[in-house]
Amino acid sequence: MKKNVNIDIAVTHIVTRKKQTMVAALGVAIGVAIYLFMNSLSSGFTVYSRNEIFKNNAHIKIYKEDEISQPIDTGRGDRLTVISNPQITTLSNRLIDPAKLLQEVKQEPFITNAIAQVAFDAFYRRGKAQVPGSGVGVDMRDYNAMFNTEKYMVAGSIDDLHNNLNGIIIGSGIAEKLNLGLGDNITVSSSYNVVKNLKIVGIFTTGSLMTDQSKSYVNVSTAQQFQKEGPSYISTLFANTLDANRSEEYVAKLQTIIPYKVEDWKTTHADVLAGDKTRGALMKAISVSILLVAGFGIYNILSSTIAQKINDIAILKAAGFTGRDVVRIFVTEAFIMGIIGTAAGLLFGALLIKIMSGIYMGGPVGYFPIYFEPRLFATSFLLGLGITISAGYFPARKAAKVDPVEIFRK
Amino acid sequence: MMEKQHVILSTRSLVKYFFEPVKFKVLNEVSFEAYQGEFLTMVGKSGSGKSTLLYCLSTMDTKYEGEIFIDGDKVTGKRVDQLASLRNSSIGFVFQFHYLLPEFSCLKNIMLPALKLGRYSYSEIEERAYQKLELLDLKGQALKQASKLSGGQQQRVSIARALINDPKIIMCDEPTGNLDSKNTQIVFETFKHLAADYGQTIIAVTHDNDFAAASDRTIELADGRIISHRKDFSQEP
Repeated sequence: MKKNVNIDIAVTHIVTRKKQTMVAALGVAIGVAIYLFMNSLSSGFTVYSRNEIFKNNAHIKIYKEDEISQPIDTGRGDRLTVISNPQITTLSNRLIDPAKLLQEVKQEPFITNAIAQVAFDAFYRRGKAQVPGSGVGVDMRDYNAMFNTEKYMVAGSIDDLHNNLNGIIIGSGIAEKLNLGLGDNITVSSSYNVVKNLKIVGIFTTGSLMTDQSKSYVNVSTAQQFQKEGPSYISTLFANTLDANRSEEYVAKLQTIIPYKVEDWKTTHADVLAGDKTRGALMKAISVSILLVAGFGIYNILSSTIAQKINDIAILKAAGFTGRDVVRIFVTEAFIMGIIGTAAGLLFGALLIKIMSGIYMGGPVGYFPIYFEPRLFATSFLLGLGITISAGYFPARKAAKVDPVEIFRK
Repeated sequence: MMEKQHVILSTRSLVKYFFEPVKFKVLNEVSFEAYQGEFLTMVGKSGSGKSTLLYCLSTMDTKYEGEIFIDGDKVTGKRVDQLASLRNSSIGFVFQFHYLLPEFSCLKNIMLPALKLGRYSYSEIEERAYQKLELLDLKGQALKQASKLSGGQQQRVSIARALINDPKIIMCDEPTGNLDSKNTQIVFETFKHLAADYGQTIIAVTHDNDFAAASDRTIELADGRIISHRKDFSQEP
């Protein structure tokens, strides 16, 4: 087998300088491990916060935007300016012909699921005690398909609501405050002064106190009655898409066929997203810096190797090795150190992730949200290797420029 | 003896300047020819330009005026990688210091230029390296690490390395400068043998008058000029 002589020399250098190789590789390993771990941490937390959002929110929400009265004249040119007092002029937030609208939305290829709901302000009462909150009228089976509500049910079931027009599913916080249990009756009144006696068919706990103490689910017809509206009344459509991250382009498409406001979750939760982004940038900056420091380790060790081996480089060049050969020799050394370091770093990072994922955080979080993400392993690998190779390239190029005559004439 | 010989290396009005610390003409219109199978030595006082001339001939120093031809081929103005491959295949180098790579065995040190050339397979190169070691009476040291040998042995290994690609020319800068008389004798005999039996040209810069005297021809330089082409240096008046 014909072995490449440059690689042969590089491997010999590496093998005869095990300690230095290991020090350089260890630097890279720590850098890569921390990079991988921090980014997994950040990514896991993003997944968690997304899931929190999608517990109660769909990717896309369609509703009627409040209308603001327009000034009669904008006063352009030398026309008289009429000052008006803009006010909300919405008479009703009803979506016209919701069944057809829902059908249209569902027909879009990127929509995976869509449901209609009627939201209303609710007051839960028992005797004199009263808890304010909000109710949602939905087809509970469709709703469950979208938000997986069943996962959070602690008593009763969503099917019971489907089968009982006078049923209600309430948050555990409400049940606790009003001292009510499954099968009990609860008095619910709306802001339109409709009062109904409903039977508790289910209780849920999401882990979010705010939701658990205020939210309830009823059938669509019940909610329509609370709003004093007829059976065609729908206030909001929710739709899930193939890819939550591409929601903007789906919104743009939907907006062309729908006369109502189409809003994606990114708009609704801009604050959460901005937080995620800031945290992501912070983690990236720190982890890349650590990786860069590891790169400097390689640079340092290779620079000193080259300084020590300047005679060897001179004789190789005299014997007919080109500058490119010399670069290859030392970049190969950096590459070997990089491979060893990156591989060890990935293993070490994986171990950290494994340990972290076993830590129980309690509350709604449960186990620490950190996952093995192949994408992050791939970027850590490429980045670790890329940085070591470029850190090796600069001293290697310097070595290639060694003038052998200067060395021999000393 | 002086029948029409094949010119292996020639220079035409070689001029070179040093710029540090002041502009200084090191080589002044140097023209000469070296023949195939010739054992040529270059002598001169320190600063006469003999080493500078050698490094210009070696193709490693390209900053000169004039022209250099190796085996009829003009090397002046060639690209650095062309020069590198020319050195690889056609020129062997021996310096005062051995410049062996300390991590490698003697055998591997000798093999490196041949592995770079890639003309033979790995096992053939190994076989040839053993032959060169035998030529220099070093067969027993083949697998020792280069740094573990004595100075004289190291220098002989470096000569074996210079020979591995069967170069047309072997250039030496003070090849015996660090050697005792016994090793000097071995090196000298080897060069004689190579020139006479293999037709290889030896161009050696030396301070050693005995060494120069025993060579085929000696070029003496002074102030950057060739002042004599004597065949027999010892009979200097």
